[in-house]
Amino acid sequence: MRLDRRRLNGIAEQGVSIFVTLFGLLILTFVIGRIMPVDPVRAIVGEDATREVYENVYRQLGLDKPMWQQFLLYMRDVVTLDFGTSIRTGQPVLQDIARVLPATIELATFAILIGAGLGTPLGVIAAVNKDRWPDQLIRVISLMGHSMPIFWTGMIALLVFYANLGWVGGSGRMSQFYIGLVPERTNFLLIDSALAGEWEVFRSAINHIILPAALLGYSSSAYITRMTRSFMLDQLGQEYVTTARVKGLSRRQTVWRHAFGNIRVQLVTIVALAYGALLEGAVLIETVFAWPGFGQYLTSNLLIGDMNAVMTCVLIVGVIFIGLNILSDILYRVFDPRTR
Amino acid sequence: MDPVLDIQRLSIRYAGAPAPAVRDVSFTLGRERLGIVGESGSGKSTVGRAIMRLLDTAEITADRMQFEEVDLLNAPERKMLDVRGKRMSMILQDPKFSLNPIQRCGHQIAEAYRTHVRCSKSEARARAIAMLEQVHIRDPERVYDLYPHEVSGGMGQRVMIAMMLLTDPDLVIADEPTSALDVTVRLQVLRILDGLVRDKGIGLIMISHDLNLVRAFCDRVLIMYAGRVVEALDARDLDNAQHPYSRGLLAAQPRIGGTREPLPVLARQDSWLEPLEAQA
Amino acid sequence: MSMTRDIPAPVPRRRMPQSLIAARNIVAFLTRSPTSLFGLVVLALLILVALFAPLIATHDPYAQNLQATLQPPSGTHFFGTDELGRDIFSRLVHGSRITLTIISLVTVVVGPLGLFFGTVAGYFGGKVDTVLMRITDIFLSFPSLILSLAFVAALGPSLNNAIIAIALTAWPPIARLARAETLTFRQADYIAAARLQGASSARIIWKSIVPMCLPSVTIRLTLNMATVILTAAGLGFLGLGAQPPLPEWGAMIATGRRYMIDSWWLVTFPGIAILCVSLAFNLLGDGLRDALDPKQMNKR
Repeated sequence: MRLDRRRLNGIAEQGVSIFVTLFGLLILTFVIGRIMPVDPVRAIVGEDATREVYENVYRQLGLDKPMWQQFLLYMRDVVTLDFGTSIRTGQPVLQDIARVLPATIELATFAILIGAGLGTPLGVIAAVNKDRWPDQLIRVISLMGHSMPIFWTGMIALLVFYANLGWVGGSGRMSQFYIGLVPERTNFLLIDSALAGEWEVFRSAINHIILPAALLGYSSSAYITRMTRSFMLDQLGQEYVTTARVKGLSRRQTVWRHAFGNIRVQLVTIVALAYGALLEGAVLIETVFAWPGFGQYLTSNLLIGDMNAVMTCVLIVGVIFIGLNILSDILYRVFDPRTR
Repeated sequence: MDPVLDIQRLSIRYAGAPAPAVRDVSFTLGRERLGIVGESGSGKSTVGRAIMRLLDTAEITADRMQFEEVDLLNAPERKMLDVRGKRMSMILQDPKFSLNPIQRCGHQIAEAYRTHVRCSKSEARARAIAMLEQVHIRDPERVYDLYPHEVSGGMGQRVMIAMMLLTDPDLVIADEPTSALDVTVRLQVLRILDGLVRDKGIGLIMISHDLNLVRAFCDRVLIMYAGRVVEALDARDLDNAQHPYSRGLLAAQPRIGGTREPLPVLARQDSWLEPLEAQA
Repeated sequence: MSMTRDIPAPVPRRRMPQSLIAARNIVAFLTRSPTSLFGLVVLALLILVALFAPLIATHDPYAQNLQATLQPPSGTHFFGTDELGRDIFSRLVHGSRITLTIISLVTVVVGPLGLFFGTVAGYFGGKVDTVLMRITDIFLSFPSLILSLAFVAALGPSLNNAIIAIALTAWPPIARLARAETLTFRQADYIAAARLQGASSARIIWKSIVPMCLPSVTIRLTLNMATVILTAAGLGFLGLGAQPPLPEWGAMIATGRRYMIDSWWLVTFPGIAILCVSLAFNLLGDGLRDALDPKQMNKR
């Protein structure tokens, strides 16, 4: 009974904190939107609209009202999921984003699989060989991934693996040749092409996604490796590891069956956070690879000052981040027997 | 009877340490119960871990370090995997830390068995449950499925004992097996351990800082100070110990019915750091 | 501890101030590891090049020469020329000044800002803490590049605005760290003693808490510099940071992109420069962490 109440309190507290963070997010995007130098009315009515038309739109947008009323209006819009239309595409922003987001999710998911698949074992190996040469080598490899300007590595990789060696597809999600061949059901190209049974397109899509995903994955594996190493070092110093060895388990069994199990929970948290951080890399890498995703949508609207679109993108990134944080929290509870 | 363990002039130096942690320790062990007593830092736990070959980075030298037919100095790790947990095992101090927090107790016990005996899961489970009964756990089926944080310290240590004795080893090293437990359950746990060790004829090394405990549960006692054995004697002769350090330790014990004077403080002498010649 | 023991202490004629001795010990420790040594050398090189840029550069970084566009690397143009015939080596050398400016300005803003909010939140606790940490949470709920993008979009693209945007997004982790450190000292006896002597809160924070937070904040700042450099370059690449014809490395890559297939040197050298400097800061931060406190390993 008391435990239940404590748990309820915990959930309530977390709910409040999420709510406050979301509210702060709204204030932030609102403020950024207001200080933007682009005149939103001009952007809608065009350069040679009459004064009358201009004033009309000005009032329609509520720009004549005091700031706090404008904020309330903004909040109402957000709550009703009305984010306005994009000036560039002329479509509702939400619709635009729903169209481009799958491409980014596809890329990020592929990347995180590579990143976690690479980073976790490397981190474990580094920890087991602490201060010996494998550790040093892995440290340099992972710091490299942390230090490279990903837009540059992307260009170089394109130059080498696409232009010179021809091992992978170039920019875009698939070869020009296949565009429009597959019906868009989920907008996840790999899924759509598989559903349609278009294996040629599927191959082409894999061929195109592998390079940007590998680069993003490498850059996120840097973080994952370093965290895995430090978690693992903590665990290897624990007594239960000694117990496992006393039982006659080999060092490898001790590490993977016992110590690794204990960092799994922390790892899940880290991978969830790394997934969010991939969005950042995606903005740059999508520009380089002409990947028609969220990042490209954001930057191209940024450059022309499409305020509605930009602010919505920022808001959505924030919400995704908060969502990932909550998710990792939940996963923590589910996986760790001590918190059940 | 052949000794289970024969150790002559064992010295251990940790990597990067200026002085060895253990110097010239010699003793033999039959199917008996040997206590190693000393204050913290005296090297008693290090000896235990060296016998198990758990000190990967330390530098270990000895004239002889023999466990039954196994030469512990030169045996390859592959051989040690076969010996550890099957023929010799070790009970660690605090079940809060020495049990894997995210695996069920029973699973951890069964794993000890399955590592060395080829058998089905259900057989290992049956063995583990039988062993839990032997350590006087009333509801073994239930405890089997509990996580370590769900059992009490005394229960945890019994789980540990079950895990370490399941494979019928010839040698068990108990490293402060009860110091982390409540005073009320210490004796109970020790009795269980003692009973099993006697029944199965296991050679036991009990590492402890508690003189009374060692006196009650061991046949012989080694007293260590600063990495050396300063005195070796039968447990019943403990009160007649000769070495000034041993005498000091004994004098520092409170006794029921004793005088109410402040207890004497150990006065250390540098001469104790000299090696002791004649060994048991 | 081992670092003080191993260094033979020459008898100083005049007593050096404690902080100088500590700094010397840290540098000595860093030079012993090849990776941090690399970091130190690159950083020193960056500062030297930035200081003496006009002397080192072989050409005027802005001088166009339409007769010699897109020349491959050679004796006269070490790293070749760009699409306007400007010498890439000279532009890189002058670009180091921009990089250094960004780093120092961001540090000067972010360090004190983060320290201030962190120590105040940690010292006073309660409502102050809740409010301040809530604010940092909001900032932390964005990837820093995206938040900087939004700020730059709002302020208009330029180098100064990029610096402001980066600084605005870089202080919350510092504040978090300073707060965590402060919480561990807050209950310490010497703080209580200072309070009993009647020291004001401001004085306690400034004299007793800030110095204790400095080592970890310094490490964090160093590690952050790598991210700052990458963010700045990213903004430059997207056309939101330094504007042409400024020889900012990220912007150079962006313009070189069009000629990349035939003229690899346009993007290769600026990229290597960014990679080296950011790697140097990462290696240095890593080394500093070992030098100052091995227990810091797993703090984010």
